Amino acid sequence: MDNIAGHKSGLSWVTNISVVVLVVLWLIPTVGLFVSSFRERDQISVSGWWQAPFSVELTYRTRGDGEVRPVDGGYVMEGNIFDTGEVRSSFEGGASTVSAFGDRGVAPAEYPAGTVAEIGDGETLQVNADGTYIYTSVEEPGNRGPRVYFEAETPPQFTLDNYRNVLTADGMDRAFINTLTVTIPATVIPILIAAFAAYALAWMDFPGRGLLIALVVGLLVVPLQLALVPMLNLHQRLGIGQSFLGIWLAHTGFGLPLAVYLLRNYMVGLPRDIIESAKVDGATDFQLFVKIILPLSFPALAAFAIFQFLWTWNDLLVAKVFLPSDDASKVMTVKIADDLLGSRGGDWGILATAAFVSIAVPLVVFFTMQRFLVRGLLAGSVK
Amino acid sequence: MAPRAGFVSLKGFYMPVIVQGLLTIVIGVGGCIGYFYLSNLLLDKVIFPAKGENAGRNINRANQIRPWLFLFPAIFALGLYLVYPVVGSFWRSLYGRSPSDWVGFDNYVQLAASNEFQQAFFNNLLWVIVVPAMATFLGLLVAQLTDKLSWGNIAKSLIFMPMAISFVGASLIWKFVYANDADIGLINAIRASLGFGNPIDVMQIPFWNNFFLMVILIWIQTGFAMVILSAALRGIPEETIEAAILDGANPWQLFFRIKVPQIMGTIVVVWTTITILVLKVFDIVYTMTGGNFGTEILPSYMMDFMFRDDGRATAVAFIIMIVVLPVMIWNIVQARKEMR
Repeated sequence: MDNIAGHKSGLSWVTNISVVVLVVLWLIPTVGLFVSSFRERDQISVSGWWQAPFSVELTYRTRGDGEVRPVDGGYVMEGNIFDTGEVRSSFEGGASTVSAFGDRGVAPAEYPAGTVAEIGDGETLQVNADGTYIYTSVEEPGNRGPRVYFEAETPPQFTLDNYRNVLTADGMDRAFINTLTVTIPATVIPILIAAFAAYALAWMDFPGRGLLIALVVGLLVVPLQLALVPMLNLHQRLGIGQSFLGIWLAHTGFGLPLAVYLLRNYMVGLPRDIIESAKVDGATDFQLFVKIILPLSFPALAAFAIFQFLWTWNDLLVAKVFLPSDDASKVMTVKIADDLLGSRGGDWGILATAAFVSIAVPLVVFFTMQRFLVRGLLAGSVK
Repeated sequence: MAPRAGFVSLKGFYMPVIVQGLLTIVIGVGGCIGYFYLSNLLLDKVIFPAKGENAGRNINRANQIRPWLFLFPAIFALGLYLVYPVVGSFWRSLYGRSPSDWVGFDNYVQLAASNEFQQAFFNNLLWVIVVPAMATFLGLLVAQLTDKLSWGNIAKSLIFMPMAISFVGASLIWKFVYANDADIGLINAIRASLGFGNPIDVMQIPFWNNFFLMVILIWIQTGFAMVILSAALRGIPEETIEAAILDGANPWQLFFRIKVPQIMGTIVVVWTTITILVLKVFDIVYTMTGGNFGTEILPSYMMDFMFRDDGRATAVAFIIMIVVLPVMIWNIVQARKEMR
């Protein structure tokens, strides 16, 4: 139709480019997290994730450990800096290039590669770009070689170490299982309760129906914050306390308004003929519901299930209040927000990895079931 | 026999939690089906059997009661978890730190006088104005731009993606943009490449740090606005657009004069939905700044008192409720109009 207006080509270029720009802007932060989760701690702190595919200059510290030979007027130690014990593991992937070296931690790159440096007490040190080093001393150096600092180009390295750390050492495995444990019952249970109620509100006639629907619409927006103190106190009086049972109940209660509202909106739109002919054939309301309404409402049920799953998986507030704060029952969001950000605030690799572990499942659910999610959103917004 | 937290605190003892979870599903689902089935059976066969001399009357009576059988679990849970707390929170807010210490409206008076509360309220006001406006605007923009694009669905799906990410996860993602280090934070890297020497911590710039936090929520919510508005745009009857084009409307006029007025209702819905959300989300402020540097908002301010001073916490919660109230009433009025 834009053809008619005669603006097609120019405008469509602008459109395409602006959408590309928007999509890139939207993706950059997530890509940064994803890339960072595969980088080594040292690399993260010296170069941005956008430089991840390129080499970086890293500073290393080692100690010469070659054979000491007596020569005229002193002693000599020769070898390759990349083979010395303290840094060998970093260069297993192949040698690198030394750009500068030094003998003091405060000036680790004091001398350019290849120079012969006087390092005092009649000692000299020379480190070449290819890593070979020559150390000379007038006196017998003893059994410890010289301390050497050097800067070398390090090829880009990607590693799964962060994932290994996060999943084994940091308690994220436990948190992952806890999240799963909170999420599944909290998704399944409200569905059934809501489905029956939605059927009654959609297809049964009784006084007060309009009022109840209005109540559900009103409850959709009640801030959760109100429920925290009274419900936690009630749970404590009932002996549930802060526990998994408590959070399942809480999520069930908090998820119900949306569930009832969504399902009722969908069920009301089901064809009246089917329902009436089933009634004429003698089906009871219960049979009608189980055999006809439930199967037909599958898209709405799926939509709500995805919503509730994402919401409970991603929730921080309810978990902080209704679950105990000990390590054994922390869910991932609490773990990240309270433990990792607090105590390991500087360890970006671990943070990125933990975040990515926690968003991986929702992302999979999102991309595989987007169709249902969109349908649910469209039905769920008050028109 | 309530499963207690202590039950799962043994080290390396994962199974019980999962078993509990599975058991809860079985009990929950089985219990629901059992309840609905048995209560219907009881109603039809025992209390009001559809036979004998009163068969006709009994069927009628049973059908009058049945809706309430279907509704009971939902009404019970809603009443307990959402209606009771409104009253319960208000009542609790009239007491001090200890639940037996009646203070009347003291909590509210002290809140109103405290600088922190005023700051939180003001910041929340900023959030309520900026976030829904920006998210709706960007959502509408993307919806319109991708409408006729061959790869529009892929673009939409990518912009929609942050909806799946938790607020905590999103905050961490944005830490990699905002970090106070040119080798980690994108903003400081860009500054460095433009020649600014020292990195800045955008989370500590007074006043403007609020906007940097808002960007995170806008980033998440634009997808939501886009999906709904995109469907609304598709729902506009072709004839009106064709007529406008034949009358010589240019694309701008077409969009602002023809399309936007027709989807105004949906825009308002998206706007209010995001507004409500803004009043609930404490995660972003909590993870990014912990409410420091003048970024406190009401939900995060409330969590400062949670577990410390229930009276003050419930007072803040009730104030949030009062702020939400107009939207709630508007929603109910709209829904009732819709039903008639």
